[in-house]
Amino acid sequence: MAKKHISFTLNRQNIDVLVEPRELLIHVIREQLQKTGSHIGCETSHCGACTLDLNGQSVKACTVLAVQAEGGEVLTVEGLLQNDKLHPLQEAFMQEHGLQCGFCTPGMLMRAYRFLQENPQPTEAEIRSGMAGNLCRCTGYQNIIKAVQTAAKNMASA
Amino acid sequence: MASTPEDKQRKENLAGIGCARKRKEDPRFIQGKGHYVDDIKLPDMVYGALVRSPYAHARIKGINKDAALALPGVLTVLTADDLKPLKLHWMPTLAGDVQAVLADEKVCFQQQEVAMVIATDRYIAADAVELVEVDYEELPALVDPHQAMVDDAPVIREDLVGKDEAGQGKRIHDNHIFSWEVGDKSKTDATFKKAAVTVKEEMLNQRVHPCPLETCGCVASFDKVNGHLTVHITSQAPHIVRTVVSMLSGIAESKVRIISPDIGGGFGNKVGIYPGYVVAIVASIVLGQPVKWIESRIENLSSTAFARDYHMVGELAADKNGLIQAMRVNVLADHGAFNSHAQPTKWPAGLFSICTGSYDIPVAYARVDGVYTNKAPGGVAYRCSFRVTEAVYVIERMIDVLAKKLAIDPAEIRRRNFIKADQFPYQSALGWSYDSGNYPAALDKVLEAVDYEGLRKEQAEKRARGELMGIGLSTFTEIVGAGPSKACDVLGVGMFESCEIRVHPTGSVIARIGTISQGQGHQTTYAQIIASELGIPSDQIQIEEGDTDTVPYGLGTYGSRSTPVGGAAAATAARKIRDKARKIAAHLLDVSEQDLEWDIDRFRVEGAPDQVKTMKDIAWAAYNNVPDGLEMGLESVNYYDPPNFTFPFGAYLCVVDIDKYTGETKVRRFYALDDCGTRINPMIIEGQIHGGLTEAFAVAMEQQLVFDESGSIHGNSLMDYFLPTFVETPVWETDYTVTPSPHHPLGAKGVAESPHVGGIPCFSNAVNDAFSHLDIKHINMPHSAFRVWKTIHAQGLDKRT
Repeated sequence: MAKKHISFTLNRQNIDVLVEPRELLIHVIREQLQKTGSHIGCETSHCGACTLDLNGQSVKACTVLAVQAEGGEVLTVEGLLQNDKLHPLQEAFMQEHGLQCGFCTPGMLMRAYRFLQENPQPTEAEIRSGMAGNLCRCTGYQNIIKAVQTAAKNMASA
Repeated sequence: MASTPEDKQRKENLAGIGCARKRKEDPRFIQGKGHYVDDIKLPDMVYGALVRSPYAHARIKGINKDAALALPGVLTVLTADDLKPLKLHWMPTLAGDVQAVLADEKVCFQQQEVAMVIATDRYIAADAVELVEVDYEELPALVDPHQAMVDDAPVIREDLVGKDEAGQGKRIHDNHIFSWEVGDKSKTDATFKKAAVTVKEEMLNQRVHPCPLETCGCVASFDKVNGHLTVHITSQAPHIVRTVVSMLSGIAESKVRIISPDIGGGFGNKVGIYPGYVVAIVASIVLGQPVKWIESRIENLSSTAFARDYHMVGELAADKNGLIQAMRVNVLADHGAFNSHAQPTKWPAGLFSICTGSYDIPVAYARVDGVYTNKAPGGVAYRCSFRVTEAVYVIERMIDVLAKKLAIDPAEIRRRNFIKADQFPYQSALGWSYDSGNYPAALDKVLEAVDYEGLRKEQAEKRARGELMGIGLSTFTEIVGAGPSKACDVLGVGMFESCEIRVHPTGSVIARIGTISQGQGHQTTYAQIIASELGIPSDQIQIEEGDTDTVPYGLGTYGSRSTPVGGAAAATAARKIRDKARKIAAHLLDVSEQDLEWDIDRFRVEGAPDQVKTMKDIAWAAYNNVPDGLEMGLESVNYYDPPNFTFPFGAYLCVVDIDKYTGETKVRRFYALDDCGTRINPMIIEGQIHGGLTEAFAVAMEQQLVFDESGSIHGNSLMDYFLPTFVETPVWETDYTVTPSPHHPLGAKGVAESPHVGGIPCFSNAVNDAFSHLDIKHINMPHSAFRVWKTIHAQGLDKRT
């Protein structure tokens, strides 16, 4: 299959890469670009383990073609750390025990990252509906909700 | 000696047992630096993908690989015929049966493994799977286990025809696997005959799947030059994998290295050894290249180990006051096409005989018959000890059925039947010796916390208004920590656990333990145990698991065995080090060992509080100044063979409101009190309980693997298979009591599975309780809105007035 040349930014770095038109964004990011933080849990956009930020929106990269990222801005969990400083969400997930096996965590963090920009001071019910596209099998969500609340508080007072 | 603020500080510095220490594994996970199997990329690595059967039961008349092999990038296509010369087309199961690695002349369940394509790229492998032509002749499928042993049932396992044994005792039909019974049948039958009251219900623990968020997979890498095989694999039991792989392949166990990297959840799904792993290993040996095989979600739900499928008939006999006199349970167990359930080898129904629960039942009898059907093989413990969820469900539901029949409150009937605190150690009618417990105290604490009487009053008022409200109780006892090697083995290997500890000269530590974390936080909690035992801060204790080249032989993590067995091994290994440290301290202080007492992180001379040697001092001395006759160094290994299982327990209460027009059940309140003995890390315990309750909620309310008459599986993607989201998941309230296990070095019992085991009957009891004023004795799970609505509608409760 003829490959196509695409360019985008990944975690603020310029990327040029050759992809097959049918290749999924998640595979290009994980396998070609070797950023393996985003995971694959279902391949049908139900679990959200592959959630990342594309042009200021949460997307599930298992059902986005890599060519759709052309000219775009992609942020993955690896890009949350800036100047060696953890994002308040990362701190809060550790603080509130918002993760166990860690498999859903990058997708959770990336959804929460975008969600808190959409709604900086959410109620519990708003967090529950705003993050409903991300599944976790370990935590029962309660501590993830706490982590998002803690991060929201810390970000507001920062 | 009175505890001074300075002592308290020294103790806190250790961050040992009882501390809600933040997890050591989190920094890598929150930065995307976890290391899961699909993250592994080795030089020259190629990709395997499986061709699977579209039929539940069919003869394979031919396989044509030509088109697939012609596709550029395809390296090979392996079928059963290719594995035959190596005698690897079948493999032994942990249950004494055999399982086809690749289908040998026929397929016995839909999505069974038929061939593996190996290609240079995962997209090419997926394309080539479509190009493998398999000619099938469809056979009648056997789906309903109740029809498995009728005269003209289709014979599923032709390889076993004429054999009256399939690894677990006598067979009485071609589709029969085993009969297993326990207890005194004649005494039980006699008690039932003369009992004042008896109750009997059929109840199903439906077929479900543990469905961890990460599917199963491996990267097999055979080095042709030195004959070494390395397999990175999502395994809850890496050492068992090593032994089995060595036995199957003929490669010396010393040349097989199994590495379980970070695991994205297990819940029992990652205990077994699956065909995909075996074929990937063979492919790597054949090609001399690393081969990666990763399941898709559909493959995971359709072919790797399911749980439950226990069709139970529960019976209780009691006097008119509700005192239970006998219990009888008969179970038909659907094991699918191959008997590859994961239990200790001698226990075909696992620890199902814990089914007398928390109650003092004088006589009991249980029988389980396993049968083959045209469904995926399995029968694993989904976040529970072996078959304990099924056992706890039957007793916790049946006691409610009995309560209803006698019009006794469900809390009151439990109280009347509880094993009393002074009866421990308690010998159960089905042969277990319960270590410790205080069931009435746990129940009373919960009832008070939720104002049980107030809830019952509210329920009565709502019923008067035609509203549906249910209150469910579950006062369960688990059996975990398998287990004593005299009772438990896996393929002949006793179910001990191991720990090796090395204290370095500068006082930091590495400890290696034979279990493997899948999210339980072992790196954090084991370090806390060793910190308290050695007096070295947990931050200076590195924990390593999962690499069979470095870690001593262990049986792995499942059945809540990490703290009960692995934690005991860690504590015991640490105590060996402390014993040696005492000798060194005595030498350094020039006193006798008897003159020393242990004080948090140091030995001090009794009566001379200034004469001390800290563990750090001793560690340094261990490498340069030890007494005559003592070896240098400071390390130990312990293989811990537990004297008994542990018996965690709890009291749970659930309040539900049911919409009588839609059948939707809203969990208004869930209060979970757990007693897991000594608590190592309260934060992690609470997290485990939240997660276990959420999985229990899923099973009780929605989860089910459904098959149609042709054996086609329905609902094998996350489109249909229910995993609760943020939205449905209830809010959890947790509580605890502490009743230490007398036989465990730390008094700890294990906790992660209790919420699943105890939670399922609690939800189910709550939904059933909502209908307890009507002539309905038992409604089976899952309590999905549609199924609940059907009950409501059949009763005419949704008539608008």
